[in-house]
Amino acid sequence: MFKKEIPPSNRSKVKSSVARGLRQRLLETYPGFEPYIEEILPKKASLEVVKLPERATLYTIDSTPLFFQPFDGPPIPHLKLVHKFPSAIPTLQIDRGAIRFVLSGATLMAPGLTSPGGRLPDAEHAIEAGQVVGIKAEGKEEVCLVGVLKAGTEDIKSKGKGVVMDEGHYLGDGLWNIHLD
Amino acid sequence: MTDVAESGPLEPQARHVVYCGVCTLPPEFCEFGGTAKKCEEWLKENQSDLWNRLYSEEALSANLSTLKVSVQERVAKDAAKKEAKAAQNEARDAERKAASKIQIKRVERNKRKYVTVVIGLEVHGLENKKVAKELGKKFATGSSVTKSPSGTEEITVQGDVSEDVKEWLLDVYGSKVPEANIELIEDKKKKKAEA
Repeated sequence: MFKKEIPPSNRSKVKSSVARGLRQRLLETYPGFEPYIEEILPKKASLEVVKLPERATLYTIDSTPLFFQPFDGPPIPHLKLVHKFPSAIPTLQIDRGAIRFVLSGATLMAPGLTSPGGRLPDAEHAIEAGQVVGIKAEGKEEVCLVGVLKAGTEDIKSKGKGVVMDEGHYLGDGLWNIHLD
Repeated sequence: MTDVAESGPLEPQARHVVYCGVCTLPPEFCEFGGTAKKCEEWLKENQSDLWNRLYSEEALSANLSTLKVSVQERVAKDAAKKEAKAAQNEARDAERKAASKIQIKRVERNKRKYVTVVIGLEVHGLENKKVAKELGKKFATGSSVTKSPSGTEEITVQGDVSEDVKEWLLDVYGSKVPEANIELIEDKKKKKAEA
């Protein structure tokens, strides 16, 4: 989604009512962030919004990116935020062989998750399509990709191929390298 | 990586993650960034305990054992290619920087009135829009980014301030802009008041 560098663009302050709405929406989508919400979105801090290409928007506080929101989807936490609160969103794991493809912006395919190095949650913790997940990598501690799942985890297990996530935000993409000063 | 830093007075629950100073990724992903060698050096200098953990013999061999040999070779080849490309890019960039001149032009607008046009700052890693704003503040004149007929962006400052712009550039952005690359040009060579 953000393969290209993002040109510096205008940003504007967010109305406090909109900020409240966003906060509400965040807590609905990510119950995992609830304990930290005061730290992420303090009531006092002035939230700013930056326009990104493809009609996406990015929410920032003090030039630190927090969430970006595609035109038609839920807000997705920026990777730096995921790194700060790794337990807040569910994660899957890909094998080592897939890392280099992910970090160059390829769509995530099922074999990277179903192979021995990958990890998918059990049936009772299954994640539905449309949810936002972080993708960890075999042998690494940090999340390297966040995005919306295209297929449920049970589907992935049974099919074993096909697209799992496209248009994610990965380490080293335009959004990661964005300059906000 | 797991060292927890106090990041705020309230609820210091955020983890503090170290990012590589060269490629900005978390250090464990440096090998995929294309500048692995430099990253390793940086990490060794700045975060030695982390370096010990990531680049020790065992860690490296553990990494390799999880992949098949043929895949390993391919990965290594890929990484080498990427690295070469990055190095090449950097070299080209440096060359371009050395070759490209920043032109400060004095353009006659209306007999005795002039505007100063600055071209070529973006090659040296400066942002036209920001510099324009700063220039406007500095000289208390209008200053804007305009598109030149050839499609490139240039800064137009009202008034004849070419000498001052040069001085100011060297003063403020001296580290980014070599003096030899700044050219003063007078568009209309009617009188040579300066020099």
